[in-house]
This record gives sequence, C-alpha cells and structure tokens, in this order.
Amino acid sequence: MLADKDRIFTNVYGFQPWNLESARKRGDWDNTKDLMARGQDQIIEDIKASGLRGRGGAGFPTGMKWSFMPKEPKPGKPSFLLINADESEPGSCKDREIIRHDPHKLIEGALIAGFAMRARAAYIYIRGEFIYEAKVLFAAVEEAYAAGLLGKNAAGSGYDFDVFVHRGAGAYICGEETAQIESLEGKKGQPRLKPPFPAGAGLWGCPTTVNNVESIAVAPTILRRGAAWFSSIGREGNKGTKLFQISGHVNKPCVVEEEMGISFRELIETHCGGIRGGWDNLLAVIPGGSSVPLVPAAQIMDAPMDFDGLKALGSGLGTAAVIVMDKSTDIVRAISRLSYFYKHESCGQCTPCREGTGWMWRVMERLRTGEASIGEIDMLHDVTKQVEGHTICALGDAAAWPIQGLIRHFRPEIERRINERSGDLAVAAE
Amino acid sequence: MPKLTVDGVEVEVPAGATVLQACEAAGKEIPRFCYHERLSIAGNCRMCLVEVKPGPPKPQASCALPAADKQEVFTASPMVKKAREGVMEFLLINHPLDCPICDQGGECDLQDQSVAYGKGQSRFHENKRAVTDKYMGPIVKTTMTRCIQCTRCVRFAEEVSGVEEIGAIYRGENMQITSYLEQAVTSELSGNVVDLCPVGALTSKPYAFEARPWELGKTPGIDVMDAVGTNIRIDARGRQVLRILPRINEDVNEEWASDKTRHAVDGLARRRLDKPYLRKDGKLVPVTWGEAFQAIAAVNAGSSVAAIAGDQLDAETMYAAKGLLAKLGSTLLEGRQTGMDYDVSSLGAVNFNSTIAGIETADVILLVGTNLRWEAPLINTRIRKAVKRGAKVFAIGDEVNLTYKATFLGNDLGLLGNLPKDVTDAFANAQRPAMIVGGGALKAGAQGATLALVGSLGLIKDGWNGYNVVHLAAARMGGLMLGFAQKGGIADIVAANPKLVFLLGADDVDASKFAGLKVYIGHHGDNGAAAADVVLPGAAYTEKAGTYVNTEGRVQRSEKAVFAPGDAREDWAILRALSDALGATLPFDTLDALRSAMAAEVPALGVEGLADYGWSAPSLSASASGPVGYPIKDFYLTNPIARASDTMQRCSAELLHGVSFAEAAE
Repeated sequence: MLADKDRIFTNVYGFQPWNLESARKRGDWDNTKDLMARGQDQIIEDIKASGLRGRGGAGFPTGMKWSFMPKEPKPGKPSFLLINADESEPGSCKDREIIRHDPHKLIEGALIAGFAMRARAAYIYIRGEFIYEAKVLFAAVEEAYAAGLLGKNAAGSGYDFDVFVHRGAGAYICGEETAQIESLEGKKGQPRLKPPFPAGAGLWGCPTTVNNVESIAVAPTILRRGAAWFSSIGREGNKGTKLFQISGHVNKPCVVEEEMGISFRELIETHCGGIRGGWDNLLAVIPGGSSVPLVPAAQIMDAPMDFDGLKALGSGLGTAAVIVMDKSTDIVRAISRLSYFYKHESCGQCTPCREGTGWMWRVMERLRTGEASIGEIDMLHDVTKQVEGHTICALGDAAAWPIQGLIRHFRPEIERRINERSGDLAVAAE
Repeated sequence: MPKLTVDGVEVEVPAGATVLQACEAAGKEIPRFCYHERLSIAGNCRMCLVEVKPGPPKPQASCALPAADKQEVFTASPMVKKAREGVMEFLLINHPLDCPICDQGGECDLQDQSVAYGKGQSRFHENKRAVTDKYMGPIVKTTMTRCIQCTRCVRFAEEVSGVEEIGAIYRGENMQITSYLEQAVTSELSGNVVDLCPVGALTSKPYAFEARPWELGKTPGIDVMDAVGTNIRIDARGRQVLRILPRINEDVNEEWASDKTRHAVDGLARRRLDKPYLRKDGKLVPVTWGEAFQAIAAVNAGSSVAAIAGDQLDAETMYAAKGLLAKLGSTLLEGRQTGMDYDVSSLGAVNFNSTIAGIETADVILLVGTNLRWEAPLINTRIRKAVKRGAKVFAIGDEVNLTYKATFLGNDLGLLGNLPKDVTDAFANAQRPAMIVGGGALKAGAQGATLALVGSLGLIKDGWNGYNVVHLAAARMGGLMLGFAQKGGIADIVAANPKLVFLLGADDVDASKFAGLKVYIGHHGDNGAAAADVVLPGAAYTEKAGTYVNTEGRVQRSEKAVFAPGDAREDWAILRALSDALGATLPFDTLDALRSAMAAEVPALGVEGLADYGWSAPSLSASASGPVGYPIKDFYLTNPIARASDTMQRCSAELLHGVSFAEAAE
C-alpha cells in the first residue's frame, strides 16, 4: 500500500481549494525555475530514469517520447506539447479529478515538459462535457499567467511558454492523438495515417508530442523528489504510482492513487470496502477501461495491477479504470453496451471499423437475447478478428477486444441463452 | 532509391514511393478504392493491405506505407487474402444489391473486386443501411446508399477543383458524403467526381439509365469546347454520342475534363442542320445540295471571296477553305471572329510557351486579363498545383475567384508599364517566372505591353519560356498556322467588301457587316445560320476526323465517332464538292490526300505533338491602358453545341443565374 508521504496527488479529493495559493502550499510551483535550470536533456534523462510510462493507456515510456522531439526546432516550425484531457473512456475519471482539484500540477507539468521538449506552447484539449473542469482550468491558467508562471519568462526561467486550453466537442475519437490534432486544427476529428508520427509532423505540420494529463501532472513531482524515489515504487518495468479509478460493484467506488503492481484484492479491500456481496460474488473485472478485454474473477483476484501483470492475463492496464462486475451483472448485455458505445463513437473513416462496429453491436444484441444460432458466436469472433489490426487507429481494436474477451471467458453463458431461447421456441411450437 | 522485394521479385523504386507503387512496379495489382494517383492519400478503404517484413505482425495499408530498403512485401499471402476478404465483406454488408439498376454496372471497382475477394454469400443478417440521396447539382446524380465513404470526391473537390463544397458529415456507420448544405457544387470540374467514384454513388445525371458501357463504341477524340485540347473518349451507340469521358494525357488534361467537355454532348442531337437551306424571300427554305451550290455559283464572285473560320473548326476544313480561296484568287481568311487584330507575325509570341504541364513548375505567375477558371479550367488546375507548391500569382483584371490565392493588382492595363515593387521583386527572385495573357488582354491591345515585359521580367531563361497566351478557341492556333488572320482582323475583310463570304461554323462574328452572299457551313442552327443566305450542313467534332492545335501549339488528331445527321456532310467534303461547282476544283479527293497536301504546306500540322514556333517577339507599341474585360460571360454557353445542350442550359441557369432546380427530398 502506498504511504501517504509518497502520494503525488495530494488534493485528489478536493478537500482543499484548487487555486494557486493552495497549490503552492501543497508544494506546486515550488522553485520551478530550479527544476528547469537542470537543463532540457537532464529533465528528459530524469524522466527516463524514473521509469514513468504513459498514463493514457498504451504505456509508452514518457521520457523516450519526449526525446523524439527535435533538439533544434526549425524556423517556422515550432514544437508543441498537446495534453490530452479528452478523457472519454468509459470507466476513466482520473484526469477529471486532477483538473478540477489539482490543475496547477498539470500546468506546472506542462511548462516543465514543454520546456524539456523545447516546445513553444502547450495545448490542453479538454473534453467538451467537462464544463466545470474546463472552467477551473481556464481560471488556473489565468492565475498562472497573472503570477508570471506562464507567458514570457515563465516562472522566471527565461523561457517563454504559453498554455492554451481548448474545449473539445465530446467525440471519443478525439482522444486518439492524431484525431485530436485534426480536431484542434478545426477539422473533423479523424485519426491520421502514421507515419508520419506527430513528433515529426503533428499539429499544423509541426513536431508535436501528445501526452496524457496524468503523465504530465506527475512530472514536476518526479523531478522534485528524484527519479530514484519514483522508481523505488512499483515493480520492474512498471514503476511509480498511478491513479486507479474503481467503479461498479464495490462497496465504495473511488479514485485513489496507489503503487503500480498492487494486487487487485489489496486495491479493493483497502480502498473500496470490498466487493459487493463478498469475493465469491465477483464475476469479472474490466481492469483498464472499456477498451481492454474483461478478466474473470478467478484470474483477477490476486493479479498485480500494472501493465505487464494484466497483459499476462490477456488484458491490459489501460487507464487503470477498474470496472468491477458482480454476479448480478448481465455480462453479455454489459459488453453489448460497450459495443454500442464503439459503434456510436467510430469516426467512420476506415472501412473495418465503420462497418464492423455496427455489425458487431447488432449481433451482440441478438446474443444478449439469445436470438441467434450457436454458429454466430464463431462468426462474431471472426468479424472481430477482421476488424482488429486492420484499422487506421486503435478504436477498431478497442471495439473488438471486449467481445473477444467475452467469447473467450463466457462462451457457455452465451450458448446457454441461445439454447434456452430455441428451447422456449420449441416448447411454444408444440 | 530503396530496393525491396515484392513476392520475391526485386524492384527498385524512387525515394518517397509507397509500397503500393512498388508493388505495381513489380507487376502486382493491388486492389484499392480510396487511393488515387492524383489525390492525397487517405488510407481509409483498407483494401490495399499487404504483409510487410520487417513490421508489425498485421497487414499494412500499402497506399500509405513508404517503401523502404530491404522490405519484403507479400501481396498474396494468406494473411493478406484474409484481410482483403474481410474488408470486402465489410464494404458489401451495407452496399445495396443495386447492380442491375446501377449505372456504374460494368465499370464498377466494387463489382470487379468482389469477384476476386467477395464471398459467395453473406453472413450479414441485419438490416442494411439506407442513406438519403443528396443534391449535388445538374451534373452529378447521387445514390448515397451505394457510397463506400472512400472520400475520393471530397479530396478531388478540395485538392483539384479547389471548391471545398463536398465533405463528410456524421460519424461511424452514419457517415455521409454530401455537398455543402446540399446545394449544387459550383465547380466547372464537378463531372470528374463521377469518374472518381469507385461505385455507383455518384453517377452522371444527364447520362442516367442511357446505356451500359459494353454497348458503347469508344472513339478517341479531341475536345473543342476550349483551346486546351482535352483528350477525350467519345462513347457512342449507333448514331448517337451518349457521353464523353477524358482520356489520360499527362501533358494536356491529365485525366480530367471540364463539365462543358463532358456534358455538352446532348447538344449534338439538337438544333442540328441536317439539310441545305437557301434564303428565299427572307426565309430559309430547304433545297438540294445542287440548288444550294448553284445559288453560290450564281454570285460570280470571282476573287471577291472571304472565309471566316469558327472557334471549333478542325485544321482540315480550314485548309480546304484556304485552298478554295486560293484557287479563286483570294487570301481573305480570318478566324478571330470578334474582331481581334493582334500581331501574328510570330506564332511563338501568341503561344502558350511554358506548355500546360510546364506551368505547374512556375514559381511566379502574372495573369493579364484572363479568368482562367472559365477560359481554360484545366490550365487553372495546373496553376492551382503550382500555387500549392508555393508559387505566387498576381493578376490584372477584375477580381474573380480563381480557386487559389491570387493578388489582384487592379483592372488597368497601365499597370503593365508600372508594376508594383512586390511584383517586380517576386519576378526578380523567380526561377521560373511566367505571364499568362488572356484573350481579354489581347483584345484590349495589351500584346505589345506584355511582350515588352518579357525582357524586364526575365520570362525567358535557359530551357524556359514563360510568355503564355491563352486562347479560347480550339481552332485558333491551327487557324493561325494556316494563315487565317488579316492584319486588321475582321475589319480588313469588311473593308474588302467581298461578294461571297463563307462562314465556316462562325457563329460569333457580326455577319450583318457583310453585304455579299453569306454561306454558312456548320452543324448547328445558331447565329451563323440565322444570318446566312445559304446554309450547308456540316459535321460536328464527333462526326469527322480532324486535326486540332491547342493553345500550347500541340497538334492532336481526333477520330470520327459517328456520322453526321441527315444530309449533313463532313466540311472538307462540302468544300471539295463546292469547288467543282465554282470551277475551282480542289486537288484532293480523300481526307488522306487533303492531309498530305496540308502537311506539305504546313509541315507541323502533319506531326502530332508540340509544334516548334521558335521565339521572336514582334516590336509593337508597349503602351497599354484602360480596363480589361473577360471575354466569357457565361462559361456554359460559349459555343453552338453548348447552347443547344439542355444540360449546359440548366448548368448556366442554376450555377450562374441562381435558378433553383433543387429537387424535393425524397
């Protein structure tokens, strides 16, 4: 269990005000100038040494990502930092807590990360539905400007840096980094083809790094307390602390900062007051937001909650949005609802996702009621395989995986429904 | 130059090439829907997936993947086959089984590819998607349920035609392609999206339900609607031309054609002159060929005879007319119907010297009195390309939307003698500077002033001549090569007061100025025939083999697709027969004989390709002043064929005069 002294997000519950004055009392903006004085390469080295992996879901090493940015921006081609606050993954709600209760961690992180990657400015793309959070963020950025922490000679470092907040319009796909860039440029939010990667040609064709809110917000603390401190927490390859967002059938759903690699049982017992109806009542868990396959109860109970631990279970940590489902759950309906979500949020650009998500959802709806034949389970699995890995962005994969997880672990349940319904029909026919 | 192997075949491709291009270089056909050589890469149909090593263990879209050294590409592996079959299945699940009633049938990419990658039966048991049709104007018919969202049309509108009026709305399976507010697309090139559409979502409205592609005879031809010389394919069934499609010619039209080129064809079947007429008591009455010839011979004009060539005339007709006049002892030839009298002592000085393809590489361009979007839409797209590459465009004339950024300096030819500093600076720094002089500027007397700038703006460099004239008439350069020009233009002919005037398809000349007998030889009952005393029915451009020279001096041959209607004959044959009646027999009995005689006199007309005019600028007065007007007032109605076309009339009414034809939503 994470000791209180090791917490990065000290105001995640909003017990204190979010404003600059309170943030300073919590240690934010404390001598930011000195952190920046270490030099850009040193900051990147420190982040690399800390073992921080991106908190947006893919888990790409953050320091390495920053190091892809050009050392000498070309004239007329400034570099940009784009902070992805378009948190729309069903189950995820960590960026929202950071922004509404601790926005200065993010803004300070934006300055330091932007400085390290030699960016001219940071854009924070915030989800359209986050109305209160956007209000807070706008006010916090204004506070930072007024205090000289942003703008010309930001925080007295001699570096000029701006932060712009941009509100999205509520499309899930705009959380995909290249779609977000398109959206920010004022176009229809559709993912771009890669290559070129954003670090080469991103926002307005300029080098751009897209980072998750949490990845950026933890950076100042890591630098202050040292890479060694951060890397002393967690498991090899899965270092540091992480905001877990536990929802569903637990007694006390919550967002909590914990060390990476904590076991599922400990996480639930310590912070969530256990599973509703006890551990025997646990059916399955979606451990990383709706995009990852579910894990049945027996496998998840003592599994370590980190990137590699969950990958070994055929799932993933994703955004650490833990969706707990007990035995009262209609698991087919639950996954079908996720399929509907992906059908609704598919951008429509490329064929497999545009056509496949609708097809998958419709078949899922029939499987929910048993209005199908057994053979259609395999057909659905085949369709998910035709979508997975054939699309421009990862939304196709994300739509396919939950269904694959369902079929992998709950095939008997689906077959039961089909058989029961056809049995009912047979009885009715007699 | 990356070297890679495709299915074991080693190929070397230029740097920057894609894997798809490498596969084609290796002779492997890659199925595709969204990819198009002339549009940006979208990578959204996912049909071109191939397996690439090294790379992730999943198939990659070859259209968007850069070819790299030592790559191994597999285009027929089980993974690739499975992936393509999967994509094809997805494309078909919501595609209606419209093939029997779809105009795309027989030339549909989806139909063709489904033979190769489609399943025999469907696994999709849900309801199919239906999409409401969109209104895109008089040219493009939509059946949007068939759309596979490849976005070729969107990219064409944005990138080539420069009219950002087609786009996608909604998301996911509800994504729809539509025009802006479902209004007509205001582009002269909108018909091209019909060719681009890989399925039957966008089809040709005037051609709807007319014919199947395999019923059509296909004849290569040359377009005469403007002076670009678009290479076309004339598709005819029986005696009727049903549609015109562009042929690929990288030097001229790439693979585009303007809407007028494509859709003026219905004008070929209307208002046709199909028998000879003679004016009796002020009225034109049908007569026999013999009576008509007699009436002409009865004038006894001697050498007092003139010929005025129309805008769409082939060189053969003009040569025959020239020969006839020469036999009669006259050289009163003119083709510039509207009275222009610019100097033609050097054809290089009235030619599009940079060539149409070459203008793409210009870096600074000055337009003088030309609305290229209407005068030569396909040259305009080339300039748009140049602008995308960073070229600067300045223009003298009234401000018009050219689809790219152009700095309008003002409508005063006096500017030519006093160009602003930023213009001269731009030219001073240019590697490939160009000036394009339009018909409006020539008419306003700016020829000398523009030629005077050739030196001071440095338009001629090693291997580059940036002095360009855009003509409006397909017949113009051929006519000038054959000497259809008087020093004072039409005015000289009027002054000579000929007793006999041949109007060779000349519908835009003011015929009331001629007191003598007016003989109209042409194909449409338009202004020329109305003013004529004798009408001899000729052949339109699809009905005769002809040689045309475009504005860059490119000699091109067109073939005969169908026969002229009724008693109408090919124009050269009419002149040959008439020469007998006039007692001045022309020395050729076949088109081949005519052509060889013409080639003997003007060798350049005997060789297809760019004619070499050399460069020498006549010394003319360099002063010019006053405003310049654009000669085309209505893009869709510039010639007799277009004026007779219902489609062009409707385009003009709807797109230029704001008449609403929008159909009620179904």
